[in-house]
Amino acid sequence: MLLIHCPYCEDTLPELEFTYAGEAHIARPADPSTLSDEEWRDFLFIRTNARGPHYERWRHVGCGRFFNALRDTVSDRFLMTYKAGLPRPPLTNEAAE
Amino acid sequence: MTNQKHHFDASPVLVEDVVPALRLSLRVKPAHRATLAQALGLDLPARVGARAVANGTEALCLGPDEWLLTAPEGTDLASPARAVYADAPHSLVDISDREVTLRLSGPAVLDLLAACCPRNVAAMPVGTAARTVFDSATVVLWRDGPADFRMDVWRSFAPHVRSLLAQVRQEIAAGL
Repeated sequence: MLLIHCPYCEDTLPELEFTYAGEAHIARPADPSTLSDEEWRDFLFIRTNARGPHYERWRHVGCGRFFNALRDTVSDRFLMTYKAGLPRPPLTNEAAE
Repeated sequence: MTNQKHHFDASPVLVEDVVPALRLSLRVKPAHRATLAQALGLDLPARVGARAVANGTEALCLGPDEWLLTAPEGTDLASPARAVYADAPHSLVDISDREVTLRLSGPAVLDLLAACCPRNVAAMPVGTAARTVFDSATVVLWRDGPADFRMDVWRSFAPHVRSLLAQVRQEIAAGL
């Protein structure tokens, strides 16, 4: 079973307590009515579908909080987790390999 | 439902119903935590899983802005909280009837919980609590002693949780 570190509980817990919640760092447009149909479609549906390190959102049932994680989609390894609202941390050499 | 404690059960695990008590869900921003704690006459711990007791009222930190308060029935916590509402906006909701509480105790209680809880329950320090899952049902698990737990289960999930507990108890009693 995967063990995931929750940045709010500061504890590493089994994946059954967590829920995947899609790609992270997708900001909702400030004024959607000014967007073209293509831009709105891209915001709603187009995702990076990364092979390798992927920034994504998870939710922990214990503290009820969403947080962000950097997970390798090939190895399923969690490279890091960090609180929601923090800027996207850069990829380290270890993560990029 | 029986709230009476029986002493003839010699099985390694005991599952009992706990007398209903007042249960409140408190949501308040961390910046206003101290104000509200003072008004309630209660420490609101900041660390997730930590508990604090004062005058029979117990506060459990469930998340960075969420606390679960338990108190004997009839305790008035709403009035002191309402008095500081302007200074510390918050939400205080009575959830007493949302859950039922089971007391799990006995030498094999860790085996019983390990059967359905993915979390390492044995590593939970005594005197803490955690919201976790019990075979996909969300529960709040309180550790009151090395082999003494309380579990708050949502009322609608209780039959499922009870039947699983009964099944695992039978397996433990049979030495499986």
